[in-house]
Amino acid sequence: MSAATVELPRSRLRPGDVFGLGLLGLRAKRMRAVLTGLGIAIGIAAMVAVVGISASSRADLLAELDALGTNFLQVQSGNSLFGEATELPTTAPAMIRRMDSVESATATRNVDNVTVRRNDLIPASESGGISVVATEPSLLDTLDGTVAEGTFLNAATASYPSAVLGSVTAERLGIGSLDTSPLVYLGNQWFQVIGILDPVPLAPDIDRAALIGYDVAEAMFGIDEAPSTVRVRTDADATDAVFDLLAPTVNPESPSDVDVSRPSDALEAKAKADATLTALLLGLGSVALLVGGVGIANVMVISVLERRAEIGVRRALGATRRHIRLQFLIESMMLAGLGGAVGVWLGATITWFYANSRGWTFAVPPTGLFGGIAAALAVGAVAGLYPAVRASRLAPAEAVRSE
Amino acid sequence: MRATVGSSTAAPVLGEAPRPSAASAGGLPVVLELRKASKVYPGAPPVRALDRVTLDVVQGEMVSIVGPSGSGKSTLLHLIGALDRPSKGTVRVAGADLRKLRDQELSALRASRIGFVFQQFHLLDGLSALDNVATGLVYRGVGLAERRRRAADALEQVGLGHRLGHRPAQLSGGEQQRVAIARAIVGQPAILLADEPTGNLDSGTGAEVLDLFRSLHFAGHTIVLITHDQQVAAAAARTVRLRDGRVERDEVAL
Repeated sequence: MSAATVELPRSRLRPGDVFGLGLLGLRAKRMRAVLTGLGIAIGIAAMVAVVGISASSRADLLAELDALGTNFLQVQSGNSLFGEATELPTTAPAMIRRMDSVESATATRNVDNVTVRRNDLIPASESGGISVVATEPSLLDTLDGTVAEGTFLNAATASYPSAVLGSVTAERLGIGSLDTSPLVYLGNQWFQVIGILDPVPLAPDIDRAALIGYDVAEAMFGIDEAPSTVRVRTDADATDAVFDLLAPTVNPESPSDVDVSRPSDALEAKAKADATLTALLLGLGSVALLVGGVGIANVMVISVLERRAEIGVRRALGATRRHIRLQFLIESMMLAGLGGAVGVWLGATITWFYANSRGWTFAVPPTGLFGGIAAALAVGAVAGLYPAVRASRLAPAEAVRSE
Repeated sequence: MRATVGSSTAAPVLGEAPRPSAASAGGLPVVLELRKASKVYPGAPPVRALDRVTLDVVQGEMVSIVGPSGSGKSTLLHLIGALDRPSKGTVRVAGADLRKLRDQELSALRASRIGFVFQQFHLLDGLSALDNVATGLVYRGVGLAERRRRAADALEQVGLGHRLGHRPAQLSGGEQQRVAIARAIVGQPAILLADEPTGNLDSGTGAEVLDLFRSLHFAGHTIVLITHDQQVAAAAARTVRLRDGRVERDEVAL
């Protein structure tokens, strides 16, 4: 018997038609598709919301940090090796101002055992949590602070009994404005309030202080000239270098007696702590996603069993194993992808509402949006793989068989 | 893209020179050729579903294959429809030797050379009649617009030109089977293969469907009709009787 040669066009499925087939399967069982997709949507929504909310919160913190600047350092007297309280040398402010990259430095000294009160009838022991701090007039510049009312101390007012109140101090003393030229009783002396400060986030101790001039403090309360704290504003690019050099500059003999801190670090640490929590919540969200994926795998396996006849007919119409595999894989991925899209939308909406309620700027990173969809598609692909392979393994003769 | 199927010698598209067959001594090409084709299903003991079946169908012929259940009809359907390969012997469909084809090439053969009609119609519920018929071309890489155009033509041919947009659920059984027939012929197959096409229809509707097959036969289609029903088998001039996996009789009514 002679052999024959036949030219056969290969079975071919257009890429566009693959999606049509996938959609067809979803449309056939809408309710099931919606419920299955919901599983993925919840998982993705949880993850996007977690990422979005933490990003919004971090964006807020970082915006705050940016506004405050991270180039602010604080030098304080620490404890000696033997645990005794030490003093900063009197020369510290001058030494610091002489350093490269230091823009300004201001010495302050807590005036111990002196309290500030609304009037002379209140016992001197009631501090109300407010301290009295002697400062150089440059403090406002160094802190980059602003005055809510009145003026800050200057070279003239620093020599007279005048005081500037921190924001919390003013509130505690019940002084809201300077219209009535209020006085406060400081130690055993009346002081004129010449200014009220806005809150200073990088130096919360200033918020809770009544500020007076160094000269007055020396004259009236006999404080030591040695500062308890020197606040330093540096060149933004050299903050780290200055940070390392501050202690040896202030006290070359025993640098370890000097405490140098960077108040903005606390805010950054807060942002980082949020990141840890985010990772944890993200893990929980991914568990939800995983459960959604198992749901899809389940439904797809059932779908393959139910659609044996369809598979048979498609094979009879010329579909290759690959075409069948592709159809079920795409169907699974579309199911998950649609769920993922809904989830991303839902997660972004949750983030928007939450951010709004907190007064944060709304921020969902693009990686969260695209990552959400990509994660859903990946879950769909993994979940659909086994059912798709099973569908494609069905022998055409068997699939076509009646019942 | 074209896959080359079969082997050696250059020959015309539909294979070797026509050979005389039981039904036709004319010069028409042989579309379906079985030579001592056997199919054994493994098991203990193995089941010999088809036993050395030899059969030729030439182009334009209409043949009924009739036999009681268990006679090997389904197995023969699978071989003729390129859904399965013979265990022994040769089956050539449109010139292609099934034993030499890989799974992918069998799919290609089905896509371009064979049109199936099933007892249960097997239409897709979610699609209109038009799109169901168009599905017959989806694995040939034909674009959607072209598919629909040809599907409309095919539906016109089976007398359903007025039902293009209807869903299967909105059609009667007879109409559904006609949609299925349109799907089978939309790709101009070399063989139209029908498996108990009237099995799910009442006798009146069944007769109409058989009339449709006859008119398609007169229009030039090669048709193989598989049934257990003698009356249905009578729709074709040539009847092949199967029993216990063998051809018992192969006769042409006069």
